[in-house]
Amino acid sequence: MQEKEVLYMKAVELENIVKTYSAKKSTVVAVNDVSFSVNEGEVFGLIGPDGAGKTSIFRILTTLLLADKGIANVLGYDVVKEWKTIRSIVGYMPGKFSLYQDLTVEENLEFFATIFNTTIQENYDLVADIYKQLEPFKTRRAGKLSGGMKQKLALSCALIHKPKILFLDEPTTGVDPVSRKEFWEMLKRLKTMGISIVVSTSYMDEAKLCDRIALMQNGQIMKIDRPQTIVDEFGKNLYAVNSANMFRLLTDLRAYPQTESCFAFGDKHHLTMKEDNPKMLNDYLTNAGHNDFNISKIEPGIEDCFMQLMKI
Amino acid sequence: MKQLFTFIRKEFHHILRDYRTMMVLLGLPIVQLLIFGFAITNETRNSAIAVLDISKDEATQNVITKLESSRYFDIDRSLTSSQQIEQAFKNGRIKLAVIFQPNFQNELMHSNNAQIQLIADATDPNQASTLVNYASSIIMEYQSELNDQNKLPYTINTEMRMLYNPELKGAYTSVPGVMAMILLLISTMMTSISIVKEKELGTMEILLVSPMKPAMVILSKVIPYFIVSLVNIASILLLSVFVLGMPIQGSIFLLIAVTILYILCALSLGILISTATDSQLAAMLISLLGLMLPVVMLSGYAFPIANMPTILQVISNIVPAKWYIIMVKSVMIKGMGLAGIWKESLIIGGMTAVFLLISIKRFKIRL
Repeated sequence: MQEKEVLYMKAVELENIVKTYSAKKSTVVAVNDVSFSVNEGEVFGLIGPDGAGKTSIFRILTTLLLADKGIANVLGYDVVKEWKTIRSIVGYMPGKFSLYQDLTVEENLEFFATIFNTTIQENYDLVADIYKQLEPFKTRRAGKLSGGMKQKLALSCALIHKPKILFLDEPTTGVDPVSRKEFWEMLKRLKTMGISIVVSTSYMDEAKLCDRIALMQNGQIMKIDRPQTIVDEFGKNLYAVNSANMFRLLTDLRAYPQTESCFAFGDKHHLTMKEDNPKMLNDYLTNAGHNDFNISKIEPGIEDCFMQLMKI
Repeated sequence: MKQLFTFIRKEFHHILRDYRTMMVLLGLPIVQLLIFGFAITNETRNSAIAVLDISKDEATQNVITKLESSRYFDIDRSLTSSQQIEQAFKNGRIKLAVIFQPNFQNELMHSNNAQIQLIADATDPNQASTLVNYASSIIMEYQSELNDQNKLPYTINTEMRMLYNPELKGAYTSVPGVMAMILLLISTMMTSISIVKEKELGTMEILLVSPMKPAMVILSKVIPYFIVSLVNIASILLLSVFVLGMPIQGSIFLLIAVTILYILCALSLGILISTATDSQLAAMLISLLGLMLPVVMLSGYAFPIANMPTILQVISNIVPAKWYIIMVKSVMIKGMGLAGIWKESLIIGGMTAVFLLISIKRFKIRL
């Protein structure tokens, strides 16, 4: 086992993985020819909307699903042939994971520690940061915890056996912004302990917290790179436009002949132009009868990149 | 080993913390046994019958007194004419009418032939014939008493003896039936639900991605319900012996042994159901409709198997409860030993093996 680790520097490797589900007459391609690798000690993010195929990839990597085609390795072990070994060394937090609601915080953690042949005491240092926050409530039933607390407990349970690699399927979905922030800080700390982390999320703002990300859509990976690189490769000036009448502004912007792309982003519309000339746009909008509008150049985010990639 | 122990303790936490389910698990057998033992029973007791006695003489009085002193009948003397009989049946006041002919004693003593008419409400045919039988045997008894006084040359006396259950107690059928039903309910339904629950909650995913072997997961799901079943067996047997007055004729160890065999069969059936379904609701429906119904209908508990159409008799062979009820009756009531029930034990053992084999084949180590 020691030797093998030296041979494989990649924590995870996928090659041409295909997974289809057949429901009655139609078949759905959940994962379509996906290849990527995760380096050891890296936080790798799978970013994409619901139905992009993230969960299927997690299940293939944790040996819970068999891929139709392709090969995958986790820490050098084949997911099909060496599933037993993989199951004892990975930490996995499924998206649907909900702990045992009628067990207390401590009982949950103790249960998962024992299932993985370890004890809380043995690996306490690993979960200490997270678990300390939970300790005041350790006799409380898991069902009575808040969403953020539940996710922290779930993370502790996935971590308690000191896995070399951690698979977290949408760990922050349904969690408040503060807890989400804390959760990511914990992941950073785990990374410093040498644990490789594969995490999926549909929150684009979390993407830049990963070392590298794969942008996924409809079972395919559109792009894999460092978040900063992806943003840098945006290659266009991005403008945020807002006005008193946001809805009419969107139709007008989309009707503007120089518009390359325009999407509604909360309280602003993000716009790229074929010929980069904000002044012309200014005139166009004034002529269109918008008086209270504001055009400002902004830095593109991951979501802008995602939208741009989706169009291609 | 420690994994198994912890897992079992976790299962007990689930069971013990869900008060309502626990009350049902432990209370249901007691309530059911008491209901079937006391309230719902096929025994005929204190049935309302009417007597139309126009002759009002010593002989009719004697017969009426005899009927009244038996524990089967409550006598309603309010009828004064034959027109009232049908009305009494129609408004459901009486189950049986006993009508004496006019001048009953005179006819009896002088022409040696007096007539009593028995009219029964046959909307419930079993009850009607039971009541008629009871009434005529009481009347026959009176007649033989008369005959004792002046000996007739030729008489045939029938003497009846009800073996194994001389008092014709309902408990003798309800106890084995309730045992078969309760054990199936707890072992099969609760195990399948508790395994499927892990799938539904998503915790099964974690358990699969753990060093714990799937067989261990199943084993630790099964053991708690096995123990709960044993507790229930104890309470059912204690109740039936001390409250319902149904003694255990045979070896109690043999009785417990065959019961454990039946529990194992029910548990493996529960595992089988859990491999076939993904939702708690489906598991419950399959257990209830697919198992409870056959147990009640085809096990010989509610309806005698011998009276069923051939096709149902054939189907009844695959109902484990049928064999279990036969074994319980043999050991508990007839006091038979292993030699008398080896065939049934083998059948249940074989069924268990088949259920387990299919479950192992079907158990998914992946999602």
